[in-house]
Amino acid sequence: MAKKRWVIPGALFCLAAFLVQGGCSRENRQASSLQIKGSDTMVNLGQAWAEAFMKKAPSVSVAVTGGGSGTGIAALLSKTCDIAELSRELKPEEIAMAKEKGFDPKQITVALDGLAVVVHPANPLSQLTMEQLADIFSGRVTNWKEIGGSDLPIVVLSREVNSGTHVYFKEHVLRGGDKESQAEFAANALMLPSSQAIADEVDQNPGAVGYYGMGYISPREKALAVAKDAASPYVQPTIDNVVSQAYPISRPLLMVTRGQPQGLVADFLGFVLSPEGQKIVVEIDFVPVKKI
Amino acid sequence: MTPNRLRKLKEWFIEKAILLSGVFSVVFVLLIFLFLLREGFSLFRGESVGDFLFGKSWYPISDPPRFGILPLIMGSLLVTLGAAAISVPIGIAAALFIAEIAPRRLKEGLKAGIELLAAIPSVVIGFIGMITLGPWIKNLFHIPTGLTALTGSVTLAFMAMPTIVSIAEDAITAVPRQYREAAVAMGATKWQTTWRIVARAARPGMVAAVMLGIGRVIGETMAVMMVTGNAAMIPSSILQPVRTLTATIAAEMGESVQGGAHYAALFAIGIVLFIITFLINGVADIYLHRSRR
Repeated sequence: MAKKRWVIPGALFCLAAFLVQGGCSRENRQASSLQIKGSDTMVNLGQAWAEAFMKKAPSVSVAVTGGGSGTGIAALLSKTCDIAELSRELKPEEIAMAKEKGFDPKQITVALDGLAVVVHPANPLSQLTMEQLADIFSGRVTNWKEIGGSDLPIVVLSREVNSGTHVYFKEHVLRGGDKESQAEFAANALMLPSSQAIADEVDQNPGAVGYYGMGYISPREKALAVAKDAASPYVQPTIDNVVSQAYPISRPLLMVTRGQPQGLVADFLGFVLSPEGQKIVVEIDFVPVKKI
Repeated sequence: MTPNRLRKLKEWFIEKAILLSGVFSVVFVLLIFLFLLREGFSLFRGESVGDFLFGKSWYPISDPPRFGILPLIMGSLLVTLGAAAISVPIGIAAALFIAEIAPRRLKEGLKAGIELLAAIPSVVIGFIGMITLGPWIKNLFHIPTGLTALTGSVTLAFMAMPTIVSIAEDAITAVPRQYREAAVAMGATKWQTTWRIVARAARPGMVAAVMLGIGRVIGETMAVMMVTGNAAMIPSSILQPVRTLTATIAAEMGESVQGGAHYAALFAIGIVLFIITFLINGVADIYLHRSRR
């Protein structure tokens, strides 16, 4: 049987992988290196900061990896990274676990991100209220004609639950920030593994509606203008509107450290929040914390 | 020490080293299972097994969370059955053709081609499925989205095919020549010999091939996650999106709080998957042994 032939090499491979992994993580813990881990939304941003920072301080090495906000906080707790990047705020149980490990997690807002709600360019609608969005994404409205569009079933696209974007969208759009609300994404909402996958599906599906960070907006999808309620003006997801807080679906991007940042971690955060660091935020299509 | 004793000693060492490798592989499986049990069982302190297996909603990060994996089990089964319905007839027919009918040259070419199919990484197959197959299925059936169970089934059928063809082909080739000669001597045509004698004699091997192919399909993650849409609802047709057990673990493990209920629930899904594949492999093994008799 072919299967058995692979048992011995397989076992050796596992052993080798185990040893290599152990070796690597020890190597990475040098004094002049910085490990940053977390949100996939923020990987490119973190990478750009790291490159600029290393240009200024060549003796330092900064490594940035993704995996999701939860992965980042898990790594921060197990001390395999120095800074966790989060595209959502810490959950109470995560703060409790950090306290158990003996530190107070410090959350620092390093940039803002507007979430764009996108449809196929052929969709006649170009603006919706928050309430209509909640109806669509929780499955109370299932056809575009119910909200003034063409007669086409709505295909709801969402990010997977490992995404901070998913969590933010559920809490602020579906539940309108109401902590008591039990609203959920429609059971038939498609859960896609990446923002790019959402863009790809919207590109070729006239009935689809999805959301992603505004850095992803391209001419092949149409970003909707959103109003807080029926009485408010409809606002386009642009950098200016996010900074002025006119656009209702925007969230903070955070860096979390173990306790008050010190040494290299503090240097890096200082750079991130400096005008130079915030200029990089704009280059990567996110929104700076304050107007520059 | 005489050369003879030295050789014996060497032999002893090699023998024991091989024995140790064999024992280790079993120990690894046991350790994995124990690890799964340990991590997964903490879920059942706050959740009944019935609610877990037969609960209809999967909202793991809500408050309070709901961990009902019935939609996920149905999703996995639907995709797997669909993939089997496509890959088994084609795979068995291909194996019969390669083993019995194809001339030598063609046979070698086909075998190499099918083995190459097994070498394509699943993420690549998933990518092709998402970009080309999805839109095609959407337009063909006039459905709102092409990310459906059927798309997953077709994609996975490609991945099960190499396993099914190569193991079934081995089983067919292993049918003794005398069977064929006897059949021809009795006046059977080529088709009668192939279908009534050879295929029947090789049946246990073919069943094993099918089971191992299915085992591959049910455990596949990446391709399935990319093409099935991952909506956690109980599907009423194969043209609806589904979420499978494997995709759920892969998609959610990164975000779950270590040691929390969600984390335990994902490990409990792992236990369910482990049991399913264990049963499938068990059936395949039984049939393989029967074919060797």
